[in-house]
Amino acid sequence: MATGTEEQVVEGAEHAASGLAIHPMDQFIVKPLFGTGPVEWYTVTNVTLWMGIAILVVFGLFVLATRHRGIIPSRLQSVAELFYGFIHNMVEEVTGHEGAKFFPYVMTLFVFIFFANILGLIPMSFTTTSHVAVTAVLALAVFLTVTLVGFYRKGIGFLSMFWVSSAPLLLRPILAVIELISYFVRPLSHSIRLGGNLMAGHAVIKVFAGFAGAMGIASVVPIAAIAGIYGLELLVASVQAYVFTILTCVYLRDAVGEAHH
Amino acid sequence: MEGEVAQFALMGKYIGAGLATMGLGGAGIGVGHIAGNFLAGALRNPSAAPSQMANLFVGIAFAEALGIFSFLVALLLMFAV
Repeated sequence: MATGTEEQVVEGAEHAASGLAIHPMDQFIVKPLFGTGPVEWYTVTNVTLWMGIAILVVFGLFVLATRHRGIIPSRLQSVAELFYGFIHNMVEEVTGHEGAKFFPYVMTLFVFIFFANILGLIPMSFTTTSHVAVTAVLALAVFLTVTLVGFYRKGIGFLSMFWVSSAPLLLRPILAVIELISYFVRPLSHSIRLGGNLMAGHAVIKVFAGFAGAMGIASVVPIAAIAGIYGLELLVASVQAYVFTILTCVYLRDAVGEAHH
Repeated sequence: MEGEVAQFALMGKYIGAGLATMGLGGAGIGVGHIAGNFLAGALRNPSAAPSQMANLFVGIAFAEALGIFSFLVALLLMFAV
């Protein structure tokens, strides 16, 4: 987990002196919050800070804002109910009735990723979900949950999802190998989809910021472009949170639902 | 001589990373294909469109996953090799 971030630190520092005044990758450097020591696993860094802020925002929205519940909801309570209803519908629709008991987990994933993405769009903030180290932990947790729940609920029958019974017998071993590979690649694509999208979007904004710094009076053009890309990034931030959770639901369906192959 | 070899290896690394990103074009084609077909279907039968939004996003995510692997290769070449 630490190696990925450390490499990015080194790369960022190496290139900072050359090229653009604002290096697009500098924003992803993991820094200790206090002092300038090396980053160990227990060091309080800017990642820790912004994850904590994301959790505080979630706590504020879902605990504090809904403390005085009313029949006529307050504005914040309506927002919380909107989130709740949206995710609850999604879990029931995709995972089925059996999967509804995983709603708290899916809801937690969605609101954490959503608010981490949105908070990362505040200028000068840090996007925790742009680091594959962060998203990989989330994706591995989903992968382990699906595997363990699948074996717990279906026993050895869980392996039948690799044996595509609708295919011709001759093809089944080949398909089994492909299915097995695609199963183990899931956490990889799951994490890099989120981390890569966020990282690429933020890097594009910083590239345009570098142009703006170098162009003098003509910098109006890149600044307008940044405003446009920022709108797109708001969309990407919410869509990627949605995609991460809906894929979690699809994977959970394999573990709890009936076989659909 | 040593330095020249290192420079050559660095050049190969960067060219390889650039080539690897071309795979993302395939993901772009795939995602565009899915979204375009969804729109075409949704315009024919708008009442059925909202119920298929989840399928749309799952399809986009799966099409995108294969492009992400080439992005991963580019990242590995840039930062890990």
